[in-house]
Amino acid sequence: MNEFLHMGGYAAYVWSAYGISLVVLILNIILPIRREQALLHTIKKKLQREASKP
Amino acid sequence: MLGPTIDKYAAPKNAYSLAFTLTPWFAWISILLFIGGIYGGLVYAPPDYDQGESFRIIYVHVPAAWMSMFVYVVMAIAGACGLIWKVKLMDAVARSCAPLGASFTLLALVTGSIWGKPMWGTWWVWDARLTSELILLFLYLGYMALQSSIDDRRTAARAGAILALVGVVNIPIIHFSVEWWNTLHQGPTVTKLDTPSIHVTMLIPLLIMSIAYTTFFITMLMVRLRAEILDQERNTTWVRDLVLGGTDK
Amino acid sequence: MNPKRRKILFTALFIVLGTGTAVGLVLMAFQQNLLYFYSPMQVKNGEAPTSRNFRIGGLVINGSVKRDQQSLAVEFDLTDTVENITVTYAGILPDLFREGQGIIANGRLNQNGIFEADEVLAKHDENYMPPEVADAIKKAGGTIPSNHLKEQQP
Repeated sequence: MNEFLHMGGYAAYVWSAYGISLVVLILNIILPIRREQALLHTIKKKLQREASKP
Repeated sequence: MLGPTIDKYAAPKNAYSLAFTLTPWFAWISILLFIGGIYGGLVYAPPDYDQGESFRIIYVHVPAAWMSMFVYVVMAIAGACGLIWKVKLMDAVARSCAPLGASFTLLALVTGSIWGKPMWGTWWVWDARLTSELILLFLYLGYMALQSSIDDRRTAARAGAILALVGVVNIPIIHFSVEWWNTLHQGPTVTKLDTPSIHVTMLIPLLIMSIAYTTFFITMLMVRLRAEILDQERNTTWVRDLVLGGTDK
Repeated sequence: MNPKRRKILFTALFIVLGTGTAVGLVLMAFQQNLLYFYSPMQVKNGEAPTSRNFRIGGLVINGSVKRDQQSLAVEFDLTDTVENITVTYAGILPDLFREGQGIIANGRLNQNGIFEADEVLAKHDENYMPPEVADAIKKAGGTIPSNHLKEQQP
């Protein structure tokens, strides 16, 4: 296991490359989902405001 | 003009529900492929005869680099369709591609840099391959800046499509840069005309990772497209029904 | 379009145009100097510039690497299989630097025809294979097919 983590002396390079890739991909999942939810929320708020008006 | 089938899915409501249905499928396929590909790249593949374990960076670097170019072509084609046939859905596809493509380009540059330091001895050189890939990042950023600076969606889409189409010239430059010029970056491994210069045990994880990145792109394109469609259609009755219907007591 | 938006738009256009100009200039620069690292033969023929830095590319000759025990100084011979040039360098070498490896050095030629490098970069080829396969190829007397440094003889 230790040998695996050591990556033949290239641990810092290999793991940082994989780590950065993972972070960027996960950000790419979170940001659009949050945007979609925020959008649904604003649209809903607006519609409810319109509906509450006489 | 487009025929009934395309027209049906170009109708925003149908496109939205199709994207909604397809998202989990592509998401799961992508997750499974990522697990397989990462296992293959870090464990199954043997170390390289010349570069040792550091060569494993190839499994996150090369798919990102391929996707950076593929997404750009998708963006340009979608932009062109929007420009020619005035399909709003195509404008939304192009808009959704840009941030995804930009992140793949950034990943290709950063992981390449991390790989270059131990192997070549430098984080960065201004050789033709690296420079043209950096220009690709600027093209994506330019496209995104255009989209956020123009209020009118039609005008923004049109301007963006023109920029994307002009920038397509950079794609063959990136691909052939290693052949046209003397670069520090090595020549093509997988896509050269004769047999690939990579051992099959190393090639399989690379192909799995590439499909994983592709399905990831499709998944996130669907999610982004959903938001774009909602934004575009926010004043229509079907969006009203969707928003209020899902939360009615 | 309000003035603020217009300003952003102009900035965007400026970035795009600026990038375009930069591309053009960079590509021209490639054609003129980045395009070729010079081969030892070209340097011997006097084709390389004498007044400024340039790059030299070639294979490190087996058995030619002499490392100084006290410092990082290193001396080795570079070949294009026709001519050889001696290169001196003081600094950290890339991990791929070894005898038989293709490298690119940046620096200038001194009066004695020795290339004094400021930077040494290793150029690897496009082949990836497990060590056992590489050993088997070498044992069988074959060479690993590669086109790296192929353009050093234009």
